[in-house]
Amino acid sequence: MINIRRLVTPELQQRYNRQGRILGLVGGVLLIIAPFLPWAYSSDALDNMTVLGYPSPLQFFGLALGVIISAFLVLQQALTQRQKKRVRVGWVPGAKAAATGALIYIALILLSIAAELGGLVNIVYGGWIALVGALLAFIGTRLIPAGRTPTLAAATAPAPLEILAIAVMMAAALFAAAFALNHDDAGSFVTFIAFVGAVVAVMIRSGVMGWLSAVSQRYRKVLIFSAFVVAFMFPFTQGGSDANMSIATQVMIFAATAMGLNIVVGLAGLLDLGYIAFLGAGAFVAAILSRSAFSTVGFHPPFIVVVLISGTVAATLGLIIGSPTLRVSGDYLAIVTLAFGEIFRISMNNLDGTDGPLLTRGSNGIPAIPDLVLFGFNFAQRHELLGIPLGRFSNYYFLLLLVLGLIILVFTRLNNSRIGRGWVAIREDEKAAEAMGVNVFGLKLFAFAGGAFLAGVAGSVKAHQDISVTPDQYVFLESAFLLAAIVLGGMGTVLGVLVGATLLKLMPEKLRFVNEYRLLIFGLLLVLMMRFRPEGLIPNQRRQLEFHEEDEELAERISEEIAETGTVKGAT
Amino acid sequence: MTTVQGTGTAALSVDGPILVAEHVTMRFGGLTAVDSVSFRVMPGEIVGLIGPNGAGKTTFFNCLTGLYLPTSGRVVFNGQVLPPKPRKVVQAGMARTFQNIRLFSNMTALENVMVGRYCRTSAGPFTSIIRGPKFRREERETRERAQQLLDFVGLGHTTDSLARNLPYGDQRRLEIARALATDPKLVLLDEPTAGMNPQETRQAEELIFKIRDQGLAVVVIEHDMRFIFNLCDRVLCLVQGKALIEGTPAEVQSDPRVIEAYIGTGPDDAAALESELEEGQPDA
Ligand SMILES: Nc1ncnc2c1ncn2[C@@H]1O[C@H](COP(=O)(O)OP(=O)(O)O)[C@@H](O)[C@H]1O
Ligand SMILES: [Mg+2]
Repeated sequence: MINIRRLVTPELQQRYNRQGRILGLVGGVLLIIAPFLPWAYSSDALDNMTVLGYPSPLQFFGLALGVIISAFLVLQQALTQRQKKRVRVGWVPGAKAAATGALIYIALILLSIAAELGGLVNIVYGGWIALVGALLAFIGTRLIPAGRTPTLAAATAPAPLEILAIAVMMAAALFAAAFALNHDDAGSFVTFIAFVGAVVAVMIRSGVMGWLSAVSQRYRKVLIFSAFVVAFMFPFTQGGSDANMSIATQVMIFAATAMGLNIVVGLAGLLDLGYIAFLGAGAFVAAILSRSAFSTVGFHPPFIVVVLISGTVAATLGLIIGSPTLRVSGDYLAIVTLAFGEIFRISMNNLDGTDGPLLTRGSNGIPAIPDLVLFGFNFAQRHELLGIPLGRFSNYYFLLLLVLGLIILVFTRLNNSRIGRGWVAIREDEKAAEAMGVNVFGLKLFAFAGGAFLAGVAGSVKAHQDISVTPDQYVFLESAFLLAAIVLGGMGTVLGVLVGATLLKLMPEKLRFVNEYRLLIFGLLLVLMMRFRPEGLIPNQRRQLEFHEEDEELAERISEEIAETGTVKGAT
Repeated sequence: MTTVQGTGTAALSVDGPILVAEHVTMRFGGLTAVDSVSFRVMPGEIVGLIGPNGAGKTTFFNCLTGLYLPTSGRVVFNGQVLPPKPRKVVQAGMARTFQNIRLFSNMTALENVMVGRYCRTSAGPFTSIIRGPKFRREERETRERAQQLLDFVGLGHTTDSLARNLPYGDQRRLEIARALATDPKLVLLDEPTAGMNPQETRQAEELIFKIRDQGLAVVVIEHDMRFIFNLCDRVLCLVQGKALIEGTPAEVQSDPRVIEAYIGTGPDDAAALESELEEGQPDA
């Protein structure tokens, strides 16, 4: 990117502005035409791209990018003639992002075709035309000056329209999730992710994203409600198939656990490297108290009680670990929690009746945990709603959605309260917080034990959903992945951590090569993040400032935004 | 300034001293930073703490506020021996500012002051999650009180500014507002005018009088002699950890040992002091 910016100087852009526009338009039009032509010799690669005159879904996305490029360029010409409006849309930056995205997208598709069918010869002329179109659009748009920064974020529309925009955004998210999950081959999945990335980039560059986030601030309740409606509707897009729902429930568990850890790490600023042990503690308690034939105790209370016991056991462990360690400086906590994670795993392996008392059945764990029955609702059975069958995993998905919703509620409400302010103060300057009367130790211990409680609750559901609980599910690596999800998404945010958790859990499930090299890939990803965007994909503004102490401009801008909206974005 | 001295004591409810420090000693290894300093503050009084750099003034503050556990001696506040815990000290009613400003820099001005309300509010985890009417009332009151305090120190317009974006003088005043938010009976100000221009210094002076007029006692560490002599009812001079002299500004000002102590630390300081003493003369 840097090279391109250095290559295409403003003077050059001034001179070739017109040519750039024409090139860009030609490229855009080629991208619109190409999807109607065949791209591949065989329909075995990606989706069926062999037909003349009828674009496949993936070809259609290319077409969409072509439309964006052409339309943005035309609209920019047409609208900037009557330069009166205060609201500026970033037409050119948007077109540039679309062209870059299109180039990557088309290149990925052609590479996938070549890889899956064995060689570039399998690409038909339509594919090459699309590539040429993307290249022309890319070069062309680079030659156009970007113009002034968009001010779309400040625009307001009538309330129904803004609410409609939120609904459309949510519907798009639902469609994207369903589409991504329904395409099993790696090529389709990756190219689709690239397309989504391109659209998001266009939205950011043109200012639409800024506007949407301002609208979301205005209609928080609508946003949250529609987000849950969309999440609720997801199982209905699966037509009763459990394949994706099983992945979705895994994502849900992971997200709920990450959100609990987010309270500890993101809000209280405590580095907990053994969080997965609390999830494990909850899972083992639930397994032992379940009606499994392998349960080691004779006490089988109803699940509601089990949930509370699981949470309490985990929280008690948290208190035991936390109360001596949280009094001393932060580094000790990392070491102690790391050790605790190992101690937990080894203890669970040894409570097998030979090395220790019989409780967990050692490395075999406790299998055959029966499905939940809550208020007469049997989670094992298929149910039918509105004529759409919902399988076992859908049942758990709904329960986990509830758990996740509760954890998010706890997270945001604590964050926006006296306690949340205390946590921020502690993160900013622990000594000063203490000197101003903040109960530093108490608040840390509460975050640590409270986070453990939530993990215990999530673990109790996980036990039933997984059917069996074994110690090797709860190892350090899992704690590391949870932390990675938080860091990747954006510490201390709800949306960021949800995105981070979804990406980290979904990618290995969907992409075999990611699964094989997942440590390598995640490691690289984290290194890159730390270098280029340490505050995460969707940062909390306060965190962003913490990572960029020197950036006065950023501080000034955020200060202005706070004055406008009255809240610190991402803090809620 | 004599007029203010006469009428200033607003809090008459408590008869005895609000703060009594008895033979407070603080040693760091071989260094005795504070050496058996005894000291008392009456309600509604403004007491100055002066002394050359490294005299142990800040260390003495730290001993009073529980940041340090004194090697020996004890501190009685409002009739009770203070536990050496900053949080408990604030709870008891003694708040402070820091010589090197320690604001929560990525929080807004209002949020900083709201943190100061922490020890006077009670919303726990459950109330915070359930958000009943009691929680909402407390939250609203916290916000209103914080805004009042910002107005009080003259920062009413900075509510949503991040603390780090405020000019230096405003940051010092914000620290005072944050300290006041804890409803203290006594505030300890560690060099509140350091780095301020003359106009800001005058504003700070007025602010400290205003605080005293609310019935609070104030102890203030300062290097600006004129400031101290205008402001204080009583002055304590520390030198090398020892209390050199305690008395009215006029007494301390005319004591040759004070000048000598400053001369001992270097010619620059002494010259500054002497010129300041002269300047302070007409006012006192
Ligand atoms: N935590 C500490 N450890 C060791 N020495 C200290 C510590 N704090 C202060 N001192 C020493 O105590 C002396 C008094 O310091 P200080 O109270 O900061 O002086 P003042 O505020 O009067 O300028 C100095 O010599 C300083 O180096
Ligand atoms: Mg000092």
